Amino acid sequence: MASFDVMPEVQLYQPVELGDALNLADELGEDGWLLGGGQDTYGWLKDRAKSPRAMIDLNGIEALHGIRETDDGIEIGAATILRDIIRDKRINRDYSLLAQAANRVASPQIRNVGTLGGNLIQDTRCWYYRRGLDCYRAGGNICYAGGPEAMNREHAVFGASRCVAVSPSDTATALVALEATMVAASISGTRTISADDFFVGPDTHIEQMTSLEPGEILAAVRIPAKWAGQRFYFEKVADRDVWDFALVSIAAAMSMDDDTVADCRLVCGGVACTPHRLTNVERAARGQSLGEESAEALAPLASEGAKPLNYNHFKLPLMENLVRRAMRG
Amino acid sequence: MNPQLSRRRFIKAVIASSVAAASTSGVHNALAQDRSRGAVERLISLNVNGQTRRVDVAPHETLAHTLRYKLGLTGTKIGCNRGECGACTVIIDGITNYSCSTLTHSVRTRAVRTVEGLQAADGTLHPVQQAFIDELSPQCGFCTPGQVMSAVAFLEENASPTREEARQAMAGNLCRCGAYDHYLNGIMRASGQNS
Repeated sequence: MASFDVMPEVQLYQPVELGDALNLADELGEDGWLLGGGQDTYGWLKDRAKSPRAMIDLNGIEALHGIRETDDGIEIGAATILRDIIRDKRINRDYSLLAQAANRVASPQIRNVGTLGGNLIQDTRCWYYRRGLDCYRAGGNICYAGGPEAMNREHAVFGASRCVAVSPSDTATALVALEATMVAASISGTRTISADDFFVGPDTHIEQMTSLEPGEILAAVRIPAKWAGQRFYFEKVADRDVWDFALVSIAAAMSMDDDTVADCRLVCGGVACTPHRLTNVERAARGQSLGEESAEALAPLASEGAKPLNYNHFKLPLMENLVRRAMRG
Repeated sequence: MNPQLSRRRFIKAVIASSVAAASTSGVHNALAQDRSRGAVERLISLNVNGQTRRVDVAPHETLAHTLRYKLGLTGTKIGCNRGECGACTVIIDGITNYSCSTLTHSVRTRAVRTVEGLQAADGTLHPVQQAFIDELSPQCGFCTPGQVMSAVAFLEENASPTREEARQAMAGNLCRCGAYDHYLNGIMRASGQNS
């Protein structure tokens, strides 16, 4: 399988109206490729592992940019650059969980062009799939990563179903913890999808990471006021501090009632094909006070039900330790 | 030759007709309609180092390719060509980007700065370049233009950074010789602080 480092011939559209982009996305269908910052795009194209006929560059569409206040929280345009999210005063004050997660994405230069929408929708980094192999996710009938001799150190410990790839997005975990809602636009209108339902595993749709239909464009992300200014914890563990994807990450949002946890959402990245809710930790944490004791009690619940592959058992203690650190207070 | 038909319009027409001839797929044969929806023209003007340069750019062309092979600005290096090393870093509207992972058409209305644009008209080096020389920052030198551009953009935003801030800001530029501390020394010197 040859590898190239130059771009293949592909047409480029740079619409300035959302309507034009939606029409193009509808007409081109599978031949069209939505372009945000492009950092997940050019690798696919340079490798000839994906061959769209045209790219639809969404960056020139004003309606997809910006951070706006709403009646219930904020709305962030999907083409908003991660750099702007990291530096936004209101996000840092009320939803610092998202700013922290965005600040751990890739490298400074990639955060300077990477969009929130692109970071959420980016494809999995399973290298067998990325290499253009004919696996389940690519429409074939085999998984190269799940086998006993496969290199699956980075792969899933939860929710595998034929495919064992994991969600690579740092901002996705934060937005699931913050109970965000995704706004998807198409030529037939817009619909909203909760972050919990937006990301789909291989048991739902093995060739997609999200519930976006062909022809749909993620227009915006809404974050409800519910978690504004609450207690947050974010940590990403990766082999390298820059560029790398999470081995395991945790995003936690907690509302406190004095010293005790009134409500909480804990989400792990890098362990399943979708951001992985730690529902049993959440349930057990409610009513507990933060501290060494509850951290010790809650940590083992994080990895309950995990099904590690040959080379990723280390993700289990990693998850438990991240929960321990999040709940220490 | 018809005097009304300027050289520029002639070239445009030739390119347009060859594009139309090449596209048998039906996706983009309605050129006029496509234009209104954002299909790109090949002949564009780029603002590079304060100069306006006319250049013929393919829709899929990266900025690193255009700079090096169309505009002769070979100071910008292509290392990995994957946005994974930082050698191709340029400054676009004051912000660092990987030019290997930027479509040239996306910078049409923006100001691009490359390492060639840093020195003064009389040839005096930019303070960052001079500091990198004084601190012997580069080793093999291949990553240096990218390191210089990241350092320049960073110091324009933060004139007297801490070493840790500089470390964070330079995190998107790899140096396979491992001369990171020497570059950090150079940045601290360029900002007028003791390294």
